[in-house]
Amino acid sequence: MEQVIEQFRERILAAGRDKQPLCVRGGGSKDWYGQAPVGEVLDTRAYHGIIAYDPTELVITVRAGTPLVEVEKVLAEQNQAFAFEPPHFGPGATIGGMVACGLSGPRRAAVGAVRDFVLGAVLMDNKSEVLHFGGQVMKNVAGYDLSRLLSGSLGTLGLLLEVSLKVLPKPYAETSVRLQMTEEDAIRCLNKWGGQPLPISASAWCEGALVLRLSGAKAAIVAAQQTIGGEEIAGDDFWLAMREQSNEFFTQSSTLWRLSVPSTVAPIALGEQLIEWGGAQRWLRSNESAKAIRAAAVQAGGHATLFRGGDKSVGVFQPLAPALGKIHQNMKNAFDPDGIFNPGRMYAQY
Amino acid sequence: MNTTSAASMPVEPALTTPAAPPSTSAPSFTAAHQRRVVDALRAVLPEHSILFNEEDTRPYECDGLAAYAQLPMVVVLPDTEEQVVAILKVCHDLKVQIVPRGAGTGLSGGALPIADGIVLSTARMNKIVKVDAYARTAVVQPGVRNLAISEAVASLGLYYAPDPSSQIACTIGGNVAENSGGVHCLKYGLTVHNVMRVRVVTIEGDVIELGGAALDAPGLDLLSVFIGSEGMLGMVTEVTVKLIPKPKLARVILASFDDVVKGGNAVASVIAAGIIPAGLEMMDKTSTRMVEPFVKAGYDMDAEAILLCESDGIPAEVEEEIARMTEVLKHSGATAIAVSRDEAERLRFWSGRKNAFPAAGRISPDYYCIDGTIPRRSLADVLTGITQMEIKYGLRCANVFHAGDGNLHPLILFDANTEGEFHRAELFGAEILEMCVAVGGTITGEHGVGMEKINQMCVQFSRAEMDAFLSVKRAFDPVSLLNPNKAIPTLQRCAEYGKMHVKRGMLKFANLPRF
Repeated sequence: MEQVIEQFRERILAAGRDKQPLCVRGGGSKDWYGQAPVGEVLDTRAYHGIIAYDPTELVITVRAGTPLVEVEKVLAEQNQAFAFEPPHFGPGATIGGMVACGLSGPRRAAVGAVRDFVLGAVLMDNKSEVLHFGGQVMKNVAGYDLSRLLSGSLGTLGLLLEVSLKVLPKPYAETSVRLQMTEEDAIRCLNKWGGQPLPISASAWCEGALVLRLSGAKAAIVAAQQTIGGEEIAGDDFWLAMREQSNEFFTQSSTLWRLSVPSTVAPIALGEQLIEWGGAQRWLRSNESAKAIRAAAVQAGGHATLFRGGDKSVGVFQPLAPALGKIHQNMKNAFDPDGIFNPGRMYAQY
Repeated sequence: MNTTSAASMPVEPALTTPAAPPSTSAPSFTAAHQRRVVDALRAVLPEHSILFNEEDTRPYECDGLAAYAQLPMVVVLPDTEEQVVAILKVCHDLKVQIVPRGAGTGLSGGALPIADGIVLSTARMNKIVKVDAYARTAVVQPGVRNLAISEAVASLGLYYAPDPSSQIACTIGGNVAENSGGVHCLKYGLTVHNVMRVRVVTIEGDVIELGGAALDAPGLDLLSVFIGSEGMLGMVTEVTVKLIPKPKLARVILASFDDVVKGGNAVASVIAAGIIPAGLEMMDKTSTRMVEPFVKAGYDMDAEAILLCESDGIPAEVEEEIARMTEVLKHSGATAIAVSRDEAERLRFWSGRKNAFPAAGRISPDYYCIDGTIPRRSLADVLTGITQMEIKYGLRCANVFHAGDGNLHPLILFDANTEGEFHRAELFGAEILEMCVAVGGTITGEHGVGMEKINQMCVQFSRAEMDAFLSVKRAFDPVSLLNPNKAIPTLQRCAEYGKMHVKRGMLKFANLPRF
C-alpha cells in the first residue's frame, strides 16, 4: 500500500504544480451526484482493505477505496452494521465515496447520519502530507473535529485515505407495518410517535400508505405494534428498495429533488412526493422551477438539492448565505489553494 | 446558570485546596488601554453590562481549573445578540482578544482570561426561546444550563440527552464549545449528535447559522467543526437542541470482579452480545474503597473492579435486556451481581460512581483528574502502566472509567503542601496522557484541551495537522482574536515543550460531580 500512497502523492504534487484539477473517484457509483465532476480521475480503489476491526470496540478502520459491500459483509459476519444504512447506488460503491457524499439511508432519523458515525480520518492534503484527525475512540475532543467535516465534503478538501467509523450491533428483532393514511395524517402521526418511546427505525409515506419499521428488543416491538397497529409486511426488501431508490417512485422520472425540512412541515404541494425520515426528508418529482422549489424549501425552514437529473446549471445545492459562503471560500483556500480537489463539485466557486 | 461568576456557583467551596502559586493574576494591562476599551464598549452596552473594577472582574480570573488564573482587563455580560455583535465589532476594531465564558465549570482552562483581553460571559443570555414539543426541539440561548433544558421539557415526556455530570451548573454554550459527553453517551451520543443548529456571531460581526431546523444543511458540515472548537471560531448566541422521549424505566446492574482484566473483558462481552447499554461504568478497587465509606453505595470492597451496567426503555424491554446482560456478566466471571429493584436503589448504586471526585477530596488533600480515552482492549495495559507509575512517582491513583466508550479518568492523589508532590502529579498526569496516545487513544475524551493539555497536543498531532487546525481557525477568525492560543499550540510552543514547566491544575468545585 506504500506504493499506492506514493503514487497518490506524485499525482497530487503534479496536479498542484500544473494547476490541473483531479477528480477523486471511487467506484463512480455516485458520479451523477453534485455538480459535474471535472479533472483527471484519481481512482481511490487501489487503496483498499480493512485496516482494523474489533467488533467489541464498535469501530472499524477502512481504506477509502474499499468496496462498501465488502465491508458490510465483514460487519454482518459479526452481526454488526453501519447503522445509518448508506445507500450504495451501484455495485462499485466505496467507503470513501460513502463518506465524501455523506448520504444516509432509511435509519437516519432514528440513529444519525454518516457524519455522526465518523470517528477519525486520514487525509492527504494539497502538499501530499498525510494528516490524521480524530481517532478510533468514541470520545475525542483533541483538536477540531475535521474528520466529521470530511463527511459530505464531496472530496473538495483533500484526498480521503482512511476512515474510522463507529459500528453498531444489528437490532435483535425487526418488523415493518403498513398503514393507509393521507399525507397530512402521516406527517402528524410521525411527529406524534416521534415524541414517544417507540422503536421506529424507518418511515416512508407514499401514495396513501405509511410504512414503518420497528427495531429493537422483541418486547419493545410487540408493545409498539399495539400502539401503532397496521398490517405487518415481511422482509427487508421494502427498505432496501427505499435505500437504493429502486422502487417505482424513484424510477419513474428523471428529475428528482430532495427537500430536507423540519419534520413537522405541512405537505409541500409542488409535485409527487415520497416522505422519509419521520417527515424530515421529502423526495419530490416535479417540473417546477428550481427557484420555486428552493423558495418552498426555505419557506419551510430547510433546503433543496437537485438530487438526480435536471439541469445542473441551476446549482445542485441550495446557495449559501454570503457570510457562510465566505467561510467556505476561506476553507477551500486553506485546504486546496490550487483548486485541485474536485473543484466545483459542491459549488461552482469553491 | 444565570449567575455571573464562579464565586456564586451554587456549590460548596472546593474540597481540595489549590496550592499552586497564584501565578499571573495581577493586572497586566495599562489603565489607558482599559479606559479606551471601556469607553468604546460604553457606546454600545448599558453600564451594568461592563465590569472593569478589580473586585468585579476577580471572580472571572479562572474556570474549573483553578491553578491557572489571570485577571481580565474587562468583563462584558451582553443580554442580546445585537450587543454581542457590537462587542465583537469593538474588539475587532481595537484588536482586543476575547475569551468566551459560560458557567466557568470547564476543567481545562478554556475560559482562562487573557491579560489585556475581555471575558465575554453568556450568563445573561439565559432564556429558553422556544420549546416545540411536536417537533421535539428546543431553541435556547447559550447561557441556559444543561439541566434546565431537561427540566423545562420534563412535563412533555422529553429530555435533552447529553448529561455531563456538571449539568446542574454548566451551560449549553459551554457544552457546544467542549462537545460535552456524559455517562449515557455510548447510547445517546455527545453534544455533536444532539445539537441541530447554532447561531453564531463571527469576529467580523456577521451572524451565521450552522446546521438548521432540518436534519442537515447545505454546504460543508461546519456545525461538526464548530462543536468542540473551544470558543475559538465564533460566539454562539442561540442553540437548537434535539429532545428525545424520556425512557419509561431504567435499571442498573452492579457486578463485582476479582480481576480488573475480567471486568474489562466483561464489558467487551456485553457489547459482543449485541447490547448497547444506556450506561457502562467501571471503578477499580482504589476507587470503590475510596467512595464506599463515604456514600455507602453497597459496593463490594473486596472486588478488584466493579461494573455498573444500565438498561433503559419500556419495562418489558428493560427486563429483556437486564436478563441478557446478567447472563453475559455471569459468564464473564462476575463474583457478585445485584440488579436495582427500584429507582432509589438505582440511584444508590450510581451514587458511588457519581461521588468519586468528592470522595477523592475526602481521602487526599489534593487530586488531579486526567481525561484520556483509550481503545478498550488496551485497558489492562494502561492500568498496569498506571500502577507502575504510582511506584515511579510515589503517588496513589484511583481509576474511574467510562468503560463503554473508553474514556478513562485516573484521579491522582497528592498533597500540594508536600514539597515536590504537585510537580510529580503533573508529570504523572502527562505520562498517562502520552500513554493513552501511544495505545491509539487521545489526550482528552471530554474535558477539552484548553490551556491544560496544550503541550500534549504536540504529542498527539504533527505540525502539519496542527496547521490544518489553525487554517480552520483562520477561516472563521482571520484576525485571531477569539480565545487565541488555546487548544491548538503554535509551532513555538511545541518546540519549547519539555523544557518548560506548565502549571497544571487542581480542581475547583470539587464536590460538583463531573465525569
